[in-house]
Amino acid sequence: MTESITVENLSKRYELGALQHETQLRDQLVNLLRAPFRKRAPKEILWALREVSFKVDEGEVVGIIGRNGAGKSTLLKILSKITFPTSGRVRTRGRVASLLEVGTGFHEELTGRENIFLNGSILGMKKREVHAKLDAIVEFSGVERFIDTPIKRYSSGMRLRLGFAVAAHLEPDVLIVDEVLAVGDAAFQKKCISAMQDLRGGGRTVLFVSHNMAAVENLCSRGLWIANGQLCLDGPTHEVIEAYMASFAASDSASNELTAVDGRRGSGEVRYTRIEFLSTHGDLQTVTRSGKSLVVRMHYRASQLIEHPSFGFRLYTDLGTMVTDTSTWLHGLDIPMLPAGDGYIDLEIDSLNLLPARYYLSLFIGSSVSQHVYEALENALHLDIEEAAIYGSSRRFSNKYGVVFFPQRWRLEGIRGASELDVKTAPAVNG
Amino acid sequence: MLWYGRHSVSEWFSEIWRSREILYFLAWRDVKVRYKQAVLGVAWAVLQPLFTMVTFSFFFGRLAGIPSDGVPYPLFSYAALLLWTYFSVTLAQVGNSLINNSTLITKIYFPRVLLPAAAALGGLLDLVVGSVFLIAMMIYYRVTPHWTLLLTPIFVAQTVLLVMGAGMLLAAMNVRYRDVKYTIPFLTQIGLFVTPIIYPVSFLPHRFQGWLALNPMTGVIQGFRACLFGGGSFDWDVMGASWIVTLLLLLIGSLHFRSTERVFADIV
Repeated sequence: MTESITVENLSKRYELGALQHETQLRDQLVNLLRAPFRKRAPKEILWALREVSFKVDEGEVVGIIGRNGAGKSTLLKILSKITFPTSGRVRTRGRVASLLEVGTGFHEELTGRENIFLNGSILGMKKREVHAKLDAIVEFSGVERFIDTPIKRYSSGMRLRLGFAVAAHLEPDVLIVDEVLAVGDAAFQKKCISAMQDLRGGGRTVLFVSHNMAAVENLCSRGLWIANGQLCLDGPTHEVIEAYMASFAASDSASNELTAVDGRRGSGEVRYTRIEFLSTHGDLQTVTRSGKSLVVRMHYRASQLIEHPSFGFRLYTDLGTMVTDTSTWLHGLDIPMLPAGDGYIDLEIDSLNLLPARYYLSLFIGSSVSQHVYEALENALHLDIEEAAIYGSSRRFSNKYGVVFFPQRWRLEGIRGASELDVKTAPAVNG
Repeated sequence: MLWYGRHSVSEWFSEIWRSREILYFLAWRDVKVRYKQAVLGVAWAVLQPLFTMVTFSFFFGRLAGIPSDGVPYPLFSYAALLLWTYFSVTLAQVGNSLINNSTLITKIYFPRVLLPAAAALGGLLDLVVGSVFLIAMMIYYRVTPHWTLLLTPIFVAQTVLLVMGAGMLLAAMNVRYRDVKYTIPFLTQIGLFVTPIIYPVSFLPHRFQGWLALNPMTGVIQGFRACLFGGGSFDWDVMGASWIVTLLLLLIGSLHFRSTERVFADIV
């Protein structure tokens, strides 16, 4: 196999001080006059990437995952030549196209057709190439009727489709794609994914950044997990995704203390301190099983009075797909105020209709009357749901049967001669 | 193919050559966008120097009685204004070309110099349209054309090089220091008076004439007029000085641009 991309000891350093201050010549002159002999304040240094090395073979489709700010975008920008590394080397073979944004260079005043030419040319297509593919691009975009209308009249969805249509016809040897699937409706996402799958079939090398773990799992054969600017793990996609998801819950889950969890967002007037899993009788529950009841007790501490809070709870699968999102606001509950101090709120679940697997929790406290977020703990901890005799049978269940199950039964009365048949039930063993 | 590391000068130029279609499309976009939704469209290319010429002819030609080397004052000032309008308007566009396209710079790679180059080329359309009116005026004033008329493109080309030289320097500095954006109109406003547009060089006391020659646009406009009206009586010293300054600016501008273009995406 020939190597398509070779990255050796790649590092990128940003000087934060230089970005925030002294961008005006005036400020620099003023500083120089005030203290001509003083050394300039040391700039704050951020290593967006540190000593990253990997190789990608021709035809490989590689997913890059990691938290926000981990360095994924910086890596793509260096591979796309947009920014230069502080040290290290990159080698690529063949024509490279990068798609860090759909419709780069689109101009509002130009028509759809004019923008196809402009965008195509900026992305590296020759004029005659665009001419040859114009009909196909227009058809793929599905905006035929508006192709001679300035795109300022387009909806954001139409703009997106047009942009992706151009990109889908690039035929590069190496395609670099940033989180472009995050935008757009479900039908469009599906179209993009199948277009990318065609690319995979065509022997193209694809580097793909996404927060959509299901898309990464579907499209990529290999995953790279970037954390704090370093390559954390490189391996088969599902292994990398599992390790990545598990890292969110790395804080000692047995104690369920939330005070030390890092990566929380929100203004912080109220914070979660602890979470407990209880039975409906109020005892601590160490094992949570499919189909059983569960009380999630979320302890909080408010440093001041909070008006109209809304408590939120989200559950994700180990591939990052959201299973459910619930909140006091969604239930129509208006809590007029939360006095300062400690307290807790219970979420009582009658029947946890989830198949056995590891799930991840995100907890929120927001305002029920505005967009304000006090507390956001994303993927704060995990919840292992253990097997149970879900349908009263002794069959073993796992996440290969899906994510959820519904209260259900099979009815056999319609089968001819049902009353004479001797239907046996496998005995329940651990109900 | 190694990406990291500075391009050699020949790689720099060959990459620009390979990307020439992008240059074409960027210039085409600039022109197209400029006149979309403008009722008068390309007529603006004539109107701007035309009205300035009328104003100048009244105040400077008629009231102040400034001489114009034997050429009718309106023709004398319009010829200069044609090049000067291109220079001042385009210099501002070239100087702002990088910051106005910051979304492109941070999202896609192409040779960065294409942005100022596209702005410089896009402005030429106005100049071409405006020169049609110049020809009409020459017919009206019964100016006998001389073969040196054919040399005028040289002076247009020199103006483009000048705009590119100064423009690359300003555009690159503009990325880091937004002050530049406010400096450009100020510079071109002063330039209007320290360039022989309103007056001929001979109008100035002799000791100032040498200083004026340091302004590269002096040689350009003097030479342009000489081609049109003077039958080719060029002032070689002034033109030589003008070319030296032009090439020097082009060298400084491109060296500065090349040394800073790697960080554009990080700081724009």
